[in-house]
Amino acid sequence: MRRYAYAIPYWLWIGLFVIAPIILIVYYSFFDIEGHFSLVNYETFFTPVYLRMTFNSFWYAFLITAISLLIAYPTAYLLTKTKHKQLWLLLIILPTWVNLLLKAYAFLGLFGTYGAVNALFEALGIGTKQLLFTDFSFVFVSVYIFIPFMILPIFNALEKLNPSLIDAARDLGANEWTTFRRVIFPLTLDGVKAGCQAVFIPSLSLFMLTRLIAGNRVITLGTAVEQHFLVTQNWGMGATIAVFLMIAMASIMALTGNKKWGVRQ
Amino acid sequence: MDDRVIIRFDHVTKQYDDDLPVLDDVSFEIERGKFYTLLGPSGCGKTTILRLVAGFIEPTKGDIYFHGKRINNVPANKRQVNTVFQDYALFPHLNVFENVAFGLRIKKMPKADIERKVKEALRFVNLEGYEQRAIHEMSGGQRQRVAIARAIVNEPDVLLLDEPLSALDLKLRTEMQYELRELQRRLGITFIFVTHDQEEALAMSDEIFVLNKGKIQQRGTPKDIYDEPVNRFVADFIGESNIITGTMIDDFVVEFANQQFTCVDHGFAKNEQVDIVIRPEDLELTTVERGKLRVRVDSVLFRGVHYELCCYDTHGNEWLVHSTKKADIGEEIGLHFEPEAIHVMKQSGGE
Ligand SMILES: Nc1ncnc2c1ncn2[C@@H]1O[C@H](COP(=O)(O)OP(=O)(O)OP(=O)(O)O)[C@@H](O)[C@H]1O
Ligand SMILES: [Mg+2]
Repeated sequence: MRRYAYAIPYWLWIGLFVIAPIILIVYYSFFDIEGHFSLVNYETFFTPVYLRMTFNSFWYAFLITAISLLIAYPTAYLLTKTKHKQLWLLLIILPTWVNLLLKAYAFLGLFGTYGAVNALFEALGIGTKQLLFTDFSFVFVSVYIFIPFMILPIFNALEKLNPSLIDAARDLGANEWTTFRRVIFPLTLDGVKAGCQAVFIPSLSLFMLTRLIAGNRVITLGTAVEQHFLVTQNWGMGATIAVFLMIAMASIMALTGNKKWGVRQ
Repeated sequence: MDDRVIIRFDHVTKQYDDDLPVLDDVSFEIERGKFYTLLGPSGCGKTTILRLVAGFIEPTKGDIYFHGKRINNVPANKRQVNTVFQDYALFPHLNVFENVAFGLRIKKMPKADIERKVKEALRFVNLEGYEQRAIHEMSGGQRQRVAIARAIVNEPDVLLLDEPLSALDLKLRTEMQYELRELQRRLGITFIFVTHDQEEALAMSDEIFVLNKGKIQQRGTPKDIYDEPVNRFVADFIGESNIITGTMIDDFVVEFANQQFTCVDHGFAKNEQVDIVIRPEDLELTTVERGKLRVRVDSVLFRGVHYELCCYDTHGNEWLVHSTKKADIGEEIGLHFEPEAIHVMKQSGGE
């Protein structure tokens, strides 16, 4: 029995902070705005308004993940080749220590009508542009915020890759691109998956940025949850959306689940 | 230029950062269709030579020629050379079949041909029926054989093998030595084989390069290297030897252990200090009276085919003797040897 005693704090933690909140959310999702038990929230979720929101959430999360991946992979690859890897890595991790809200405000300053970027545009003769409150700025800032979480797992996967595998591919006649496609990428796929999870899942439920940077032009499920809990006080509907978000996240985790193989022999 | 020469190293030096050079001004030629062995202790630069030939690294100084063309800057994928890597470097995400087929697929060979060639290569390394196995399901020795199959299936001009047999048990190892040699003869391609096992080198090679500290100490046929080592290092590395210092009194007369002996070597300066090698199997047990050297037996080991006797002469020199006759510990015996058994080497000599 003593063996199980060590697990008690762990189970307490899981129960208190993981299982209980999930049960609560599911429980709330079955109450309408007046506090009566009903399935109306689930009906509402399948109306065009919310379906459109769901689609938006997925679309933006996809964009953010895809763009992060496109930038992060080459970056991580170059990082493994540099001399002072640890320093560069630190520089990439550093921004993640800064509060999200602060970073958002920093961009408000940078992208604002009288911000630094527009000042530069003026100087170059391009003229002031509307940067804030656009899809572009939303995706840009989100990518900026999430990209370290994409770079890190890919960097780790590349570091673990046995360099003689690359030699072997070249030896067997593969050019650089083929080596990447047939050896490097497949063997770092686990890192890519981990990075995509780490970016896609939080992107799906982004809310603050949508208001601050996108000026509510981008309404995602995350925004909706926030609005229902804080503004309309329709906790039931907010909980229902949260349930769908959790289902979505769980399925993504399941889909990108890792198949294991030894990278090094 | 001799058109049998397929690879030529011309004063090649390889240096990492500011360390001592890993290869130090090495020049040699490799001829078509022969079996070469690079032999030397760990860290002497064997793998480095293979990597230069394969094109994974470039020389710091000097030039490498392939079929007479300078290839210093030709990338690995453009060289008609394949490698069996020291750590196998099999692709863990591909099964055995796909590993072996990798090079053929890149050449865009028709499917049916790939199928046939891969099967044939796997049959050669005794791995029929393992096509669908994942690499992590194979033992160390099996992986090594997959690596060999993956390289030979491409039928390169030159095959580089970096200690390909080191993970095999004695029986399989001997068998593979035999079969690799056979394969080399059949395909007629050039093999450059790396090992630090001198017996393997002697058994398999047309020509051996003995390396130490980034320099070629001696190159020659196995018999040359065994019978006429040029210096103490080579003599010591190739098989067990008795190496002692001596003086060349005159042509055909050498002095060691305070005695003069006739030998077959000449061309040294008078009274030049030299190293003397006598192989343990060239020493013959006899009575004290008939022996040229008088020694006391210190220890006796039974080695299967022969006894290994460790003896000391009156001057404290150690003599290792391989003999089918047994002697008792502490017994005084005589050692007889022919003049041809004495190999005289210049001290600190190169070729
Ligand atoms: N990338 C590198 N950077 C610095 N030094 C290196 C590098 N690669 C090899 N060396 C050094 O070069 C020397 C020769 O290495 P090499 O791999 O050729 O040895 P080897 O003869 O194959 O030894 P072994 O029998 O142990 O495989 C070693 O001292 C090694 O430390
Ligand atoms: Mg080596």
